[in-house]
Amino acid sequence: MHNGQRFWRASALLVTASLAFAACGSDANEEGVGATGEGGAATKTVKIGVIAPLSGELSALGQGIRNGVDLAIKQANDSGKVKGWRIELAAEDDTAKADVGAQVATKLSSDSQVAAVVGTLNSSVAEQVAPILNRASVVMVSPANTNVALTGRDKLPNQQRVYNTYFRVATTDDVQGPFAANYASNELKAKTAVIIHDKKTYGQGLSEAFKGQFEKNGGRVLGTETINPGDKDFTAVLTRIKPLNAEMIYYGGEYPEASLLASQAKQQGINVPIMGGDGMYSGAFFETAKEAGVGTLVTSVGAPTESLSSARDFVDAYKKANYSQPYEAYGAYAYDAAKVIIEALSKTLTETSELNTATRQKLVEETGKVNIDGATGKVSFDRFGDTQTKVLTMYKAETKAGKQEWVAAKTDEFK
Amino acid sequence: MQQFLQQLVNGVVLGATYGLIALGYTMVYGIIQLINFAHGEIFMVGAFAGLAMYSYVLPESMQGNPFIVLPLVILAAVIVSVTVALLVERYGYRPLRRAPRLAPLITAIGVSIFLQELVRLFYPGARSQVSFPRIIEGPNLELGGVTIARTSLFLLVVALALMVALQTFIRTSRTGKAMRATSQDADTARLMGINTDRIIVLTFALGAALAAVAGVMQGMRFVSIDFRIGFLGGVKAFTAAVLGGIGNITGAMLGGFVLGIVEAMTTQYLLGSAYKDVAAFVVLIAVLVFRPQGLLGERVAVRA
Repeated sequence: MHNGQRFWRASALLVTASLAFAACGSDANEEGVGATGEGGAATKTVKIGVIAPLSGELSALGQGIRNGVDLAIKQANDSGKVKGWRIELAAEDDTAKADVGAQVATKLSSDSQVAAVVGTLNSSVAEQVAPILNRASVVMVSPANTNVALTGRDKLPNQQRVYNTYFRVATTDDVQGPFAANYASNELKAKTAVIIHDKKTYGQGLSEAFKGQFEKNGGRVLGTETINPGDKDFTAVLTRIKPLNAEMIYYGGEYPEASLLASQAKQQGINVPIMGGDGMYSGAFFETAKEAGVGTLVTSVGAPTESLSSARDFVDAYKKANYSQPYEAYGAYAYDAAKVIIEALSKTLTETSELNTATRQKLVEETGKVNIDGATGKVSFDRFGDTQTKVLTMYKAETKAGKQEWVAAKTDEFK
Repeated sequence: MQQFLQQLVNGVVLGATYGLIALGYTMVYGIIQLINFAHGEIFMVGAFAGLAMYSYVLPESMQGNPFIVLPLVILAAVIVSVTVALLVERYGYRPLRRAPRLAPLITAIGVSIFLQELVRLFYPGARSQVSFPRIIEGPNLELGGVTIARTSLFLLVVALALMVALQTFIRTSRTGKAMRATSQDADTARLMGINTDRIIVLTFALGAALAAVAGVMQGMRFVSIDFRIGFLGGVKAFTAAVLGGIGNITGAMLGGFVLGIVEAMTTQYLLGSAYKDVAAFVVLIAVLVFRPQGLLGERVAVRA
């Protein structure tokens, strides 16, 4: 009797489960049919993936990336840029974690319709994602990765490209760190600095690049401390560095920790400027740092989106599209990354072609040859897949009308 | 010297938060031998409940007055945390009370993930860091060269008061006696006429209330919270509880303070901040090797 009951329960569960699966399956089918039917002439679908943190602490940046790509895709579909093909967005959340990034990269690369991916935000995630996409011959264009090693340009003297399908439109740490160091030496006239970083690929890479140039400029680094991503209490670290009386703090890391660091530094009576990289360049920095964030300096790639004449159309279109999140630091770069892919797709795919090994190979080649005017300026790649534009901007946190915001202090081309 | 004192203060303040959360772990373990891994999430839920009270219930005109805001925010946090903890106990753990010990442990981990996702998905804006009001404004206090933020001082005072109150309650009250009896031998306690189910519920409620207070304090100190604070807070507090001797109430507090101070001192004097967690866990391992019952494991207050 008892056994019988158990059996019935188990089979009921199985039936329910299979029904649920079946339902999912038919849903997906219907969607597919609908999509192709609607398109009319455009019968084939190619997907551009997005791998970025859509949830979690860095989601403000990640959602800006997704929206930027979404905008580029919509515009391309409206103008029929890739003849005979309809482009779809396949956005995946990497939660800013390398292992999750690897999972969603595997998922996207197993989808035969995915030709290319815009992402990732984090260099540490890209380290896992790039090899997976490379194996599957899926083009990857990052709007934000700044770690030099990802393209292999750092391996002097025998520089060699690491992943053939990896490209990026972001300027790298070896440019961003020294740019910050030069600003510190020339504009702030700082002679001494303390470095704090979060041990992640991005934070450490940036800090080391800063240190190299700062010392070349005649500055002295009085100490290097590390923190854990996710930590909240940095009072112990700050107490330790306070008596060093450095003229500035360089922080290699991202805004969730940076904002806490800024607010706790002020509480501890440390009133020197904190400088960092583009990982701190987000409006969300002020939600925690508030007034304590004023005076903080960050470098970010390119010129300020708002100030660029080339970006005006992007900014207008983004506003018109009514996204619920701002484009943040990388929205315009993600938009450009997507435009690069779409440009390459338009040269690769014809009305009769299929997305197969040969066209995938061609897509990689075409991506490397792309030369377009994007929202952030000219976009083209060198032989490593790195962007040829090396324009950077230093932003300073200021209070305007009772609200803190980032104000561009200096834009320059790094040579 | 000034550095030493400052780090001591940093460590004690950090340790007070660990200690408050650790009490919930240790009391529940003392009573039903369950490592309640969902306890970190109760702490997180408390912080969010306090924030909800502040941003959605309190009228803006009142938000500047800490004497009105603080009690109400803490009250909201306590009520929500206790309710959640009791629901978890009633529907998650009680049906498994006679089950093998692994079953409630895995349930606890499940509940923990469930609560995290619940907050992440349904609290507005909780997918990323949300900012929390400082509530107690004002410049830092300077005492002989040592800087202490007002919120940190408040945290310390409240934590110590709550710890003393809890000790007195368990040592002297009738209910406290019943709690001790239940932890020593639940079956015999029931034979003596103690409603052990009610004692267990009370234990969960007390632990949740303390965690809720810790949640609000953490929010005030760091002016931001996110749905993952429960995980890290929980792991550290659990470590503190084991360090002090799990099941022992004084031990949990001591463990919290030791952990906080070890972290601060390692940053200052040994190897630097990169190794603070290494040092904390080395201390834990050393204590467990030489005193497996934890620092105060034998002096039974609730039970080792």
